[in-house]
Amino acid sequence: MTSATDPIISIDHVSHYFGSGRLRKQVLYEVSARVDPGEVVILMGPSGSGKTTLLTLIGALRSTQEGSLKLLGEEMYKARNKQLVRLRRNIGYIFQAHNLLNALTARQNVQMSLDLHPNLTSKEKKTRSLEMLEAVGLLDWANYYPQELSGGQKQRVAIARALVSSPRVVLADEPTAALDKQSGRDVVEIMQRLARQRGSAVLLVTHDNRILDVADRILQMEDGRLSTVQREEVIA
Amino acid sequence: MILAIPLAWLQLIREKVRLLVALAGIGFAVILMFIQLGFRDALFDSSVRLHQALEGEIFMMSPQSTALIALDSFSRRRLLQAEGVPGVDSVTPIYISFALWKNPADRSTRSIQVMGYDPSQSIVSKDLLPDSEALKLRDHVLFDRDSRPEFGPVAELFEEQGYVTTEVAGRRVTVGGLFNLGASFGADGNLVTSDINFLRMFDRDPGLIEMGMIRLKPGANIDKAIAQMREEIQDPNGDVLVLSKDEFIAFERDYWENSTAIGFIFNLGAGIGWIVGMVIVYQILYTDVADHLAEYATLKAMGYRNRYLLSVVFQEAVVLSILGFIPAFFLCMGLYQATENATSLPLRMTQERGTFVFCLTMAMCVISGAIAVRKVQEADPADIF
Repeated sequence: MTSATDPIISIDHVSHYFGSGRLRKQVLYEVSARVDPGEVVILMGPSGSGKTTLLTLIGALRSTQEGSLKLLGEEMYKARNKQLVRLRRNIGYIFQAHNLLNALTARQNVQMSLDLHPNLTSKEKKTRSLEMLEAVGLLDWANYYPQELSGGQKQRVAIARALVSSPRVVLADEPTAALDKQSGRDVVEIMQRLARQRGSAVLLVTHDNRILDVADRILQMEDGRLSTVQREEVIA
Repeated sequence: MILAIPLAWLQLIREKVRLLVALAGIGFAVILMFIQLGFRDALFDSSVRLHQALEGEIFMMSPQSTALIALDSFSRRRLLQAEGVPGVDSVTPIYISFALWKNPADRSTRSIQVMGYDPSQSIVSKDLLPDSEALKLRDHVLFDRDSRPEFGPVAELFEEQGYVTTEVAGRRVTVGGLFNLGASFGADGNLVTSDINFLRMFDRDPGLIEMGMIRLKPGANIDKAIAQMREEIQDPNGDVLVLSKDEFIAFERDYWENSTAIGFIFNLGAGIGWIVGMVIVYQILYTDVADHLAEYATLKAMGYRNRYLLSVVFQEAVVLSILGFIPAFFLCMGLYQATENATSLPLRMTQERGTFVFCLTMAMCVISGAIAVRKVQEADPADIF
């Protein structure tokens, strides 16, 4: 395991390509970065710049093709699928679309995340799911189905699902994109507060300028290359 | 993952209309299979109904005979020879032929199976044929009340007036009683009469019979008696076949199963039902997977294995097969009853057929599931987000 000072995510000269043969196209160019425990980092950049690709690499949804990418101290360069699946259980993933399971209630959706951790009894799982929904302010909506919830509420359920198992890393891919200003703000604040409480690191991909103030650090991505920027530069 | 959320079940009941359509489709396939297999078995059962009713231990027939509807005759002397075999209690020669029966109500004619034997002996149990007294009279016959209705309302007329007169094979006869045997695919109806009346009706050599029934004394060894009859009568002459009752039944059944197209046709019908059911279940499962592709990809991103998603699809398949089977099963019991009433064929739900069709249904759903799960592999979280 990693000690408290080791980075949770450590990216070292990672490159990534799509396609093969003449259609092979490089989308990431020797990206290097690190995220420490408890940090909130925002990753910005225009669409097509490779943000989501980087996020899927960190989220263990793809194996790393070139360079070294360590998540919680585990090397993901050419990692096998089995290892990736296991690593994913330590990550809370929040998507642009909420991607809740329509056949399940809010509480059951949150609990799906805990079902992956077999050492809990079914009662404990239920209690923890309800506590988590309370934390995102949706306790009264626990038995509602996703289609009965508003966009902001759905995204809050998704956050509850991502955070309920206290993951060391939370990855969020434009979680506010489909939300109005106020709900977007609420969602990000809840995410930041809960991540801090649990000591999880947060990596947030966004081009929403309204939420940059929650970040400890902002990374800028352009054409597959990464640079650090000052918050003031972006806001100005 | 015991006590985990039953995702398969929840997804199925969430889409109520789709679930109902799926169950209707599966139920349809189940009913089709039950009907086809039921008819097939009813045919086979009805074809041996007479064989089962005959109360003898050993039977004799011509080696040229292929089935009850295609009997060849053999010499009655061969049967009488069997009387000398130790253990034999009695022998009964039976004449069997088809004749035209005139419907007493509307005068239309139809082919009916006629059996003639010595009425002082009984060939079937008293439950089926309670009273053969009338057969001792000239030109009297007994009519099978379970014959097809096209022969006319004979049973009703008989109960009303105590006798029915009509023509059989151009000869005026009186129905002096009733018995119960039932129609078969081969014979739509049955008459029994005395050997003497039979010979009057058909005008043929009394020394040639179609079937010989042999009864043994209580406690006699059947195998030994059969072996001796084969050795002394069948083998040296080669013009008769000695069969135990089970062999006799199997011989007839074998004809219908293997020497006619009927078994094949009904099996084919059941097979088509099976395939239709499989296509329906596949469609339902495929649509279900396609609809939930983003959700499944999310589950994978959360760290669920492919195996979990495959098990969800298979669970759905199994649940569908069970839920679809149960109502169809009970519906079929009703259909069987209705068909039995309409056709006089013995159509009953048996445990073996129920189990067999249930296994077919399960296989149908699981195979469809196996084809549909290939779609789950497409749920790649890296491609979807």
